[in-house]
Amino acid sequence: MPSSTLLFVVVGLALLGYYVGRQRAVSAAIAAGPRSFHSLPGYHGGYVALWCALPALTLLVLWQVLEPAWLRSSVLDSLPETMQALPDDQLGLVYNDIRNIVEGNVTGEAPSSPEVAAAAERYSSLKASSRKLAAAAVVVLGVLVLAWAYRRIRADFRARNRVEKAIELLLIAASCVAILTTIGIFLSVFVEALRFFQQVSLLDFLFGLSWSPQTAIREDQIGAAGAFGAVPLFAGTLLISGLAMLVAVPVGLMSAIYLSEYASRRFRAYAKPMLEILAGIPTVVYGYFAALTVAPLLRGLGESIGLDVASESALGTGLVMGIMIIPFVSSLSDDVITAVPQALRDGSYGLGATRSETIRNVVFPAALPGIVGAVLLAVSRAIGETMIVVMAAGLAANLTANPLEAVTTVTVQIVMLLTGDQEFDSAKTLAAFALGLVLFVVTLALNVVALRVVRRYREQYE
Amino acid sequence: MSSRSTLSVKEAVARGIARRYRNEAIFRALGLGALLIGLGFLAFFFYTLVGNGYTALEQTRIRLDVELDAAVIDPEATRNPETLRGADYQRLARDALGRLFPEVTSRADLRALYALLSAGAGIELQQLVVNDPAAIGETRTLWLLADDDVDVIVKGQAPRDVPETDRRMDDRQLRWLTALEQQGRVDLQFNRYFFTRGDSRDPELAGIWGATVGSFFMLLVTLALSFPLGVATAVYLEEFAPRNRWTDLIEVNINNLAAVPSIVFGLLGLALFINVFGLPRSAPVVGGLVLSLMTLPVIIIASRAALTAVPPSIREAALGVGASKMQMVLHHVLPLAMPGMLTGTIIGMARALGESAPLLMIGMVAFIVDVPDSPVSPATALPVQVYLWADSPERAFVERTSAAIVVLLLFLLVMNAAAILLRKRFERRY
Repeated sequence: MPSSTLLFVVVGLALLGYYVGRQRAVSAAIAAGPRSFHSLPGYHGGYVALWCALPALTLLVLWQVLEPAWLRSSVLDSLPETMQALPDDQLGLVYNDIRNIVEGNVTGEAPSSPEVAAAAERYSSLKASSRKLAAAAVVVLGVLVLAWAYRRIRADFRARNRVEKAIELLLIAASCVAILTTIGIFLSVFVEALRFFQQVSLLDFLFGLSWSPQTAIREDQIGAAGAFGAVPLFAGTLLISGLAMLVAVPVGLMSAIYLSEYASRRFRAYAKPMLEILAGIPTVVYGYFAALTVAPLLRGLGESIGLDVASESALGTGLVMGIMIIPFVSSLSDDVITAVPQALRDGSYGLGATRSETIRNVVFPAALPGIVGAVLLAVSRAIGETMIVVMAAGLAANLTANPLEAVTTVTVQIVMLLTGDQEFDSAKTLAAFALGLVLFVVTLALNVVALRVVRRYREQYE
Repeated sequence: MSSRSTLSVKEAVARGIARRYRNEAIFRALGLGALLIGLGFLAFFFYTLVGNGYTALEQTRIRLDVELDAAVIDPEATRNPETLRGADYQRLARDALGRLFPEVTSRADLRALYALLSAGAGIELQQLVVNDPAAIGETRTLWLLADDDVDVIVKGQAPRDVPETDRRMDDRQLRWLTALEQQGRVDLQFNRYFFTRGDSRDPELAGIWGATVGSFFMLLVTLALSFPLGVATAVYLEEFAPRNRWTDLIEVNINNLAAVPSIVFGLLGLALFINVFGLPRSAPVVGGLVLSLMTLPVIIIASRAALTAVPPSIREAALGVGASKMQMVLHHVLPLAMPGMLTGTIIGMARALGESAPLLMIGMVAFIVDVPDSPVSPATALPVQVYLWADSPERAFVERTSAAIVVLLLFLLVMNAAAILLRKRFERRY
């Protein structure tokens, strides 16, 4: 029985449990009289259903998780001695062969050896019996706990409290997923990065000036060792993000000021959502735009005034990324500027200041912490942005500060290192995780600092 | 003395006033200018996209009188579907084209002539015969699919009047095409393949349906996971959680997760779901898992805002008539907060639909022709399809990329409009 059917069976059992539990509660209530009845019949049903479903589902999940490991060890144990003596990775290949044969992934090809064919036979029979056993165990367990819970139902049984406790536990479990995600991100990236740093020293990675992560096909190839100095990547990321901020901060800030201080309500009601459309456009679209429209445009422009602009120049990429970030800066700053109390403005007007003087000398300083926070968040967005740079920035690591040349970024290299087929243990693929760790830590730090700045320096009015 | 000093202040102010007003006007103009830069870019953006993309709705076809020759399709007259499917239909289409140009005889010339037809022409003939075996032996007048090189010439995207070396088509092919056009045999017709097929190396056969289905499966998984989890987390944090360090930790965590770059989630998916759990690469289910972890913070934050907006009087009233805390939440607070939660969920889904960076990490960039039929079969997603096509060198993919982007943006528009409608329809002011 496949696990999806089994899942339906468990759900069916739970529904049955709900129904019989409810029935029993109703008849118990009739027998005992309504006064002595503690919980509504539905809660009794829910109690039985929960008791039936949760243990059965737990068993099902455990089975699913443990089954592959158990199958693997028992199939490999049955292989002849000579094959068991193989190194681990080759044994893994043999095991993959066996599974491919069973799952019919091999097209018209005979098994490589009779041993493998026999093992495949064994694998499929083991798997079939495991499935049968799982079905039986889950159903029996479900029925047993259902019966147990059913027998507990009495008129004075506090079913509601128990059901509510169970729901609350489920809620708590759900809220832990966020924590688990963070732990998962940190562990998965950190563990792989550690493996990378066993091969390449941390100092070489952080301060090396040359990045060429190719893996050698032959030992004696030139540059076989590869170079993992990430400084050119950091520099490229900073260059592109810097250009993006040069576009986004003035434009975003001035738009926010105009929208909050000058624009009429009607104009604001249309212009603000329009500007926010920019934030909703997928980044891959910006990437397409940067690569196919902006880059040729800049190149043509450069040629006409005698400048040599690379077709994957940092300038074009930064420009488009800046446009992407405009709504981010503007809507965050808009919130902060609107939060500055009107009394401050009125005081300034009363002294005879013009609107722009009020904005520059009163509103802006008051809103500054929030604006700095917004800019820091925008920087963290720019650093982590992937699609625009993958499509429009260069691939080769190039340590330069000239915005007309092509540079590469951390995210581009992560994508380049991890797309396509490659073995998972080479320094090349692991380097991607080291870069990912840097990215994670830096964006996290920027985020924490941004929140700190906002909290610490916020002016408290009233 | 005093009158003199007031006069000088007055004078000073009066002297400065013109400059100050000028500065005021400049500042205001700068603000408007900044806003117009953003909006102007938006307009430019849509203008280029639609301008590049609308031509993908049509596709060049060539009218040919195809003889569905029984000797080629089914020489033994078995009418066996297997035989019918396996016949060389491309040859039929080629022969039909060749009959129009009897003067073309050399092998090299013929090959150049046949290159005007797409490989899809044979597929179309095959479908026709398999669906209607009675057509065998007849001669039919059919509009058959042309090659993408022909297509870009007919649409005027590639110039005709440049030296031969600068064109994908040589002089004789262009001459034949002109001859066909003069006979009225070349026309632009609705490009239904774009909406019904998966990816292909031939631009004229490539479509977005495969990617759309892949995206759909992915969003299904994302919705099924992130909506219940997000709502449950928000309810717990907002209604039940005691104020202590643990809940503070969860809150800080959620806020930070919202700011983690999406590519890092892709790394998590690769290391955890694929390498540790052994889930299949390129499968929408893995993409959905990764995207749901990404959308979770968005949904939690929106749901918490919706819960806070429910006034305490409703909670107190429920508790006052004897509801337990759980009943109060499930029967009264949650239904009132649901529109806000759904709005947040739709916005989160829209973001997940447009996301592509993490999908690159988990192998969803593979070239996949088949339309996926389940969440575990290999698939790609709409934004990833855009990325793949944007990288393709053929000129004909440019319009398809733009058209795919327009379709993607339409989906996003519909989702966001739904969110706004939902908010407008159910928004309450207490």
